[in-house]
Amino acid sequence: MSLSYPFRILGNQVIFFISELGKMVCFLLSSLYYMLFPPYLVSRIIKQIYFIGVKTVLVIALTGLFTGMVLSLQSYYVLVSFGAESKLGSILALSLIRELGPVIAALMVIGRAGSALTSEIGIMCISEQIDALDAMALNPYKYLVVPNLLAGIISLPILTSLFIVVGIWGGYLVGVELTGLSSGTFFAAIAESVILKDILLSLYKSLCFGLLITWVSCYKGFCITRVSGFGAEGVGKVTTQAVVLSSILVLIFDYFITSIMIF
Amino acid sequence: MIEIVNLHKRFDSQEVLRGVNLKINKGQTFALIGSSGKGKSVLLKHIIGLLKPNEGQVFVDNKNIGNLRGRKLKKLKDRIGVVFQGGALFDSLTVFDNIAFPLREKTKLSSKQIKEEVLKELSKVGLEEKETLNKYPAQISGGMRKRVALARCLVMDPEIILFDEPTTGLDPIAVKNIHNLIKKLQKERELTALIVSHEIPEIFEIADKVAMLYQGKIITVGTPEEIVNSENSIVQSFIRKKLEEIFSYYELKKNVKGGLDEKS
Repeated sequence: MSLSYPFRILGNQVIFFISELGKMVCFLLSSLYYMLFPPYLVSRIIKQIYFIGVKTVLVIALTGLFTGMVLSLQSYYVLVSFGAESKLGSILALSLIRELGPVIAALMVIGRAGSALTSEIGIMCISEQIDALDAMALNPYKYLVVPNLLAGIISLPILTSLFIVVGIWGGYLVGVELTGLSSGTFFAAIAESVILKDILLSLYKSLCFGLLITWVSCYKGFCITRVSGFGAEGVGKVTTQAVVLSSILVLIFDYFITSIMIF
Repeated sequence: MIEIVNLHKRFDSQEVLRGVNLKINKGQTFALIGSSGKGKSVLLKHIIGLLKPNEGQVFVDNKNIGNLRGRKLKKLKDRIGVVFQGGALFDSLTVFDNIAFPLREKTKLSSKQIKEEVLKELSKVGLEEKETLNKYPAQISGGMRKRVALARCLVMDPEIILFDEPTTGLDPIAVKNIHNLIKKLQKERELTALIVSHEIPEIFEIADKVAMLYQGKIITVGTPEEIVNSENSIVQSFIRKKLEEIFSYYELKKNVKGGLDEKS
């Protein structure tokens, strides 16, 4: 092994990373371009909202409920030691609205809908169904990617709101019904601490995550033959890649959106 | 009608097509033969614009498909139908929805008219059973899938049909049936058809002309008889194993009164 070997490997990885990034950005720009022109395939968008949004409601409600409950339980016993249990509602609402709501809802959507999107598009790609669409003079971007991007952008803020509301209700159940804090104190703390900026931060994050998840999921499905090969193994690989990449990007973008919006 | 001029295609370092030249006239049934994995499907995908050549041009009705964009390309694609190797049926849609799909997406026909069209095309490809309509592609046989794919292609009434191995993996009766169907449709609609096939000698029965792709180039073009009698050693070695079969087939055909078609 020559001395240059590690550098060659590193160089190849850097080139691959930059080239993938470029392809991903081109894929997104093409999809956004096709989004502007008719036909708008409204029925297909509604179908995808049902798939990404409606079918994830139960998962979101369950995770929201237990996240709120455990957060309330943990915070209550810490706050009691400082004599500040009246601030429970405030801590709970701010944590859920600013961070946990958008991030956990996004992670749940990745697990339930993002992975399914990647495998569906990946299978369509290897079984020439996307070629068949193209051969019928139907634009695959317009038919497969645009409805998913729009469905993601529309669904995520609604799912995040649901997560937050159910989370606060879960927190209320533990903080008020179980530990005995007064409901007036609980809700007053929420009303006192939550401002419009917090809600906007949550909204921007969820909009951004909706786009991010569907973009990565669709891209990974589309490029299956180039990066992972054919067959069931390829579909498995590309789905894992989509889930891992989407999750990492959600956390990275979460930090950057917060750091921009916090000032 | 279709002219391919000096077509080159590379995938990374692998050169698949190395200067293909081919001319297919209107109303002709053209068969493309050659070893597996040597670029026949790649060539076919260039004709519909699914792949872009590294060099060379593909002309359909004297229009260079590589230069067409937007509506012009769409208009041209509307005239071409493709039957993919595996059928490429949408696996989340039923047989009925698969055939109705292009009509729903590209025409303004009512549901009733769409149903009529779908049933008409299905009966043409020999799938009249109503229970087939609500089945998914995974629930029907390979031969039926090919027929459904053909019906989906025919429902838009294309002038040119590209068949990518329409009979591969089917039993001899199903092969014969599909070939008869192609022959019948070609006569009825005056279609121009390009068929990528390995079915020698059966493909010679329906093809007006046959071309052989070898090492990325067309090495011979001619009528089925010319191909059978070709002195090209590569052509001979490719079909040598089948030659006996071909001759015995023709002998058998001569000996059977009324021809094989009527017997099958």
